[in-house]
Amino acid sequence: MEMINIKINGMPFSVEKNTTILEACKQFGIKIPTLCFLKDINEIGACRMCVCEVKGARSLVAACVYPIDREGTEIFTNTKKVQESRKTTLELILSNHDRKCLSCPRSGSCELQEMCADFGIDNENRFEGARPHYENDESTLYLVRNNNKCVLCRRCVAACKEQFVGVIGANNRGFDTEIGCAFEQKLADVACVSCGQCTAVCPTGALVEKDDTDKVFDAINDPDKIVIVHTAPAIRATLGECFGMPIGSNVKGKMVTALKRLGFDKVFDTDFGADLTIMEEANEFIGRVKNGGVLPMITSCSPGWIKFCEHYYPDLLPNLSSCKSPQQMTGAIIKSYYAEKENIDPDNIVVVSVMPCTAKKFEIKRDDQGRNGLADIDISITTRELAKMIKSAGIQFTELPDSEFDPTLGVTTGAAAIFGATGGVMEAALRTAADTLTGEDLKEIEYPDVRGTKGIKEAEYDVAGLKVKVAVASGLKNAAEILDKVRSGEADYQFIEIMCCPGGCVNGGGQPIQPAQVRNFTDLKALRAKALYDEDKNLPLRKSHESPVVKKLYEEYLGEPGSHKAHELLHTTYVARKKY
Amino acid sequence: MQKKISSIPFNGTAEQEAKLKEIIAKHKDDPGAVMPVLQEAQEVYGYLPIEVQKMIAEGLSVPLEEVYGVSTFYSQFSLTPKGQYNISVCLGTACYVKGAGKIIERISEILGIGAEECTADGRFSLTACRCIGACGLAPVMTVNDDVYGRLEVEDIDGILAKYMA
Repeated sequence: MEMINIKINGMPFSVEKNTTILEACKQFGIKIPTLCFLKDINEIGACRMCVCEVKGARSLVAACVYPIDREGTEIFTNTKKVQESRKTTLELILSNHDRKCLSCPRSGSCELQEMCADFGIDNENRFEGARPHYENDESTLYLVRNNNKCVLCRRCVAACKEQFVGVIGANNRGFDTEIGCAFEQKLADVACVSCGQCTAVCPTGALVEKDDTDKVFDAINDPDKIVIVHTAPAIRATLGECFGMPIGSNVKGKMVTALKRLGFDKVFDTDFGADLTIMEEANEFIGRVKNGGVLPMITSCSPGWIKFCEHYYPDLLPNLSSCKSPQQMTGAIIKSYYAEKENIDPDNIVVVSVMPCTAKKFEIKRDDQGRNGLADIDISITTRELAKMIKSAGIQFTELPDSEFDPTLGVTTGAAAIFGATGGVMEAALRTAADTLTGEDLKEIEYPDVRGTKGIKEAEYDVAGLKVKVAVASGLKNAAEILDKVRSGEADYQFIEIMCCPGGCVNGGGQPIQPAQVRNFTDLKALRAKALYDEDKNLPLRKSHESPVVKKLYEEYLGEPGSHKAHELLHTTYVARKKY
Repeated sequence: MQKKISSIPFNGTAEQEAKLKEIIAKHKDDPGAVMPVLQEAQEVYGYLPIEVQKMIAEGLSVPLEEVYGVSTFYSQFSLTPKGQYNISVCLGTACYVKGAGKIIERISEILGIGAEECTADGRFSLTACRCIGACGLAPVMTVNDDVYGRLEVEDIDGILAKYMA
């Protein structure tokens, strides 16, 4: 590692050669404003907000993509010239922006708004741009595009391309430039996988999840409805961020209290559905291995991944596990077993799920979910929407006491907790499969090879004499790499876990927005995942088949994993979809 | 200017498709293959409808949106077919100040199409082009290879009538 001596604003520093000005400044406590820059995926130096002076350079340079490669480089980040240039750039961006902050869903979490405050913008009308009016694209069930708020940073385009989907891009040029789909198609008509990664990286309100919170409030306020909520494993690891808590805080107890105070009749844990998924999936896997079924078997918890497979790898649909996702399983059991047990007409139950995910909004409306006209889940909201509900109800989240999930479907295991991180489902399945095949209560239950935020992980295990080669991929670019190997026959895995979003659900498209200034310099995925692995470690039960709720469910209702009843309620089918 | 998208049904031939496949194969491993493939594809089809762009996206293994983005960025690419008679009205500086705007307006009125569009029967297309270097004849238009200069709005009906017969 070659170090060089530089000066920033006259102060001497030593940095590794080829560090960018942006990174160097971060190291020394100087914040450089950025709009377009996203580390590794959108390093295009286009927005010009990060410009700095470099002694000897002909013009201002873009700090985000300028590598410091000369000994003695002198950088100035805060001269009058720099300040004026950045402010003018910002005013020019505003000249083509709708500036309707008061009614914007991103008000308060908007990077453009924050920048205006930082720069003391005192006249948002200094330049009058073309400001063409764009109609919102509300064609999908899960997100809304409002190009009147778009600053053309292309972060969404980069995120979509990083997912190997690439259905949005910059079309036309000059003032006509617009982010959209090919041939002016609506998002619902192209092969968008609904992952929502674009909404997580958009600096403004140009791309947001479709807001279903009104539907939830309506249900809660309907005296004839029993409204049951359940929250995905990854929500407890991120919800606190919406209330200023540190990244990686596990707020399970406060979250449950908040949900009860919002007026939900029952608060269950999707972790229950995760434990149930493992029972069915481990059983399905063992069955496929023993009976010569289609291998490798690929997990099916992630609806963005499922839609990706249907659009782009339809030939591999037989490899998908037929298990519904934990969200759907939880809903199906609430409206059957739980309704019967409590003697409630399932028609009067409204099941709300809180998910880290925009794709879940699509999943709940799929034809192959629910049964007899009864949806498994009625409304699915994201972590961000839940935070919004808590705020609008005036609940002071950080001051809440802890409470426990309702025990009927709320006692869960560590295996379920880790579902929210890449590799978690694989580890949970291996814990149960190993016990099932050996018939023992194995003490060695951690599988470190499949942990961590690396995009692709591979391992080989000896499970009761059975050699199992597994792969874990998160992020669809990594998934595609694995799938291509499966297609070509180059890979001989038996079991693959795929999560749509990079890092798994902790980094889902419905998770709290962290601005680029945080994303670029923090390993969000790892910090959030740690909260879940810590939860796993501290739970008394760490294997799905040990869950007393799941055991009772099979004894009283389902029989055994893979039974006829289990298939009716907990399994599903897939459909090939068009790529263009 | 936003690119106009044709609603005229695509009727590419098997020969054209075979040619396009050759073009794609030739450029497949080149970095930045989208540009040259679009250029050559336009030579084959005359324009770049969604059907052609899908073949290019599939052939080069790039997203359709990427192909479309390039095709709408550069003014050389057209998303609408050229008619049997392609009318180009020069909107270069000299022609423009001599009233080319009124000329193109009148043609638009008669044919019922805007610039960069083609009539539903495929007979006429209208192009607003940049300087064709005949400034001495301004304002000037061409119908295929026929050149008409020093135009007055009143001339237009008569000129078009010749091609409508």
